Amino acid sequence: MSTLTLKVEFGGGLELLFSNQRVHNVTIPSTMLASSKDWEATSNDPANVTYLLHWLKDNLLKEREELFLEGDTVRPGILVLINETDWELLGEGDYVLKDKDEIVMISTLHGG
Amino acid sequence: MPSKTCVLCQKANAILKRPKTGQQICKECFFTVFETEVHNTITTAKLFKPGDRVAIGASGGKDSTVLAHVMKTLNDRYNYGLQLFLLSIDEGITGYRDDSLETVKRNQIQYDLPLKILSYDELYGWTMDAIVEQIGRKNNCTFCGVFRRQALDRGAAMLEVDHIVTGHNADDIAETVLMNIMRGDIARLGRCTLICTQGEDTIKRSKPFKYAYEKEIVMYAYFKKLDYFSTECIYSPDAYRGHARVFLKDLEAARPSAIIDIIHSGEAFEVAEDVKIKDQQTCQRCGYISSNELCKACALLEGLERGIAGMGIKERRRLEKAAPAPENLRTIPVFPRAPKSNEKLPA
Repeated sequence: MSTLTLKVEFGGGLELLFSNQRVHNVTIPSTMLASSKDWEATSNDPANVTYLLHWLKDNLLKEREELFLEGDTVRPGILVLINETDWELLGEGDYVLKDKDEIVMISTLHGG
Repeated sequence: MPSKTCVLCQKANAILKRPKTGQQICKECFFTVFETEVHNTITTAKLFKPGDRVAIGASGGKDSTVLAHVMKTLNDRYNYGLQLFLLSIDEGITGYRDDSLETVKRNQIQYDLPLKILSYDELYGWTMDAIVEQIGRKNNCTFCGVFRRQALDRGAAMLEVDHIVTGHNADDIAETVLMNIMRGDIARLGRCTLICTQGEDTIKRSKPFKYAYEKEIVMYAYFKKLDYFSTECIYSPDAYRGHARVFLKDLEAARPSAIIDIIHSGEAFEVAEDVKIKDQQTCQRCGYISSNELCKACALLEGLERGIAGMGIKERRRLEKAAPAPENLRTIPVFPRAPKSNEKLPA
């Protein structure tokens, strides 16, 4: 099974849901076929960011899933950058991941 | 997906979609427009004059950290002629404020600004830890809110500043507009969108980030690699605000202009003349500005000292009638402002 290696970084308090660790190097399947607890990926399409979000929820998230995902996307108020670019410029969840991509997620919901 | 070109400079790759305008812009143009908009907010509202002493309310969180950075940058770039200070309030919350104050201490060095830390313990004789121990986690945010507001004013008087700036952003103000509407708090609804407020003898307070979106503040901090602290307070969060916040974020996801639209709606409300707004007086105990005989902080402090703070209103009234307040209650220290060096003392 071919895989992708990604660097995932959490900030703004989001890291608290992920073992209080900011940077995680993860290896995920390069297609969406792999089993996922509650996300039925039936296609053989290449892994995109939506797939990564579910993969993170199933494999890395330690607590309070509702503070991370809402439906198939991040909870409103969480910013996502892909290789230092706002994911809103890259198709958000539909962005197809490449090996060595760097994903940063920052919560804006924590105190000022 | 091919990278997009910045709509402003037409050269560099865009890295951000602005929530306010939908424009796709590059990093350098983002820094420029963000800083310039704050500068325009400051100059349009004529917030400062040369020589003003200005305290930045600094919590170590994202908003105040970015505010300190931007205030320092703009003061240097546009020669505002301001003397800037960092003012932090230590509520006495172990595992939360003690950590965030470490961030403020690093900011003091990074930005080369003088720092004053004033604690609840010093002012009121109570830390939030001690208050929560006595009253539990139900109304503690009320105490903290009232105590913080007064602590900032008193700390500002100690620093002899003319003006306090806080990191309240457009999202915060839109949330407050919604909350005031939902509570029918007309007096606050009228005030909450003002960029600058000033009581009779209290120091001016203003919000240079009134029109700055939280998304852009966080992106600015990220791209500038600013050092900020982001942990939720360990005591129960303000649940009512939490609901308003989630609602607002959902609206923003559907239509990013919602935040500015709500602020404009708040500004457009006119408070009818027959809505009674209480006259201001001074607190009979500590002299702080107040709409009652006792200011809110003194009233809350008295409840704490007499061990009746956690009681219901009825029970408390009964007890207050049965026994008048003891004579030796703690008086919150007031720091009278010394006359400025450029003001002439009476002979």
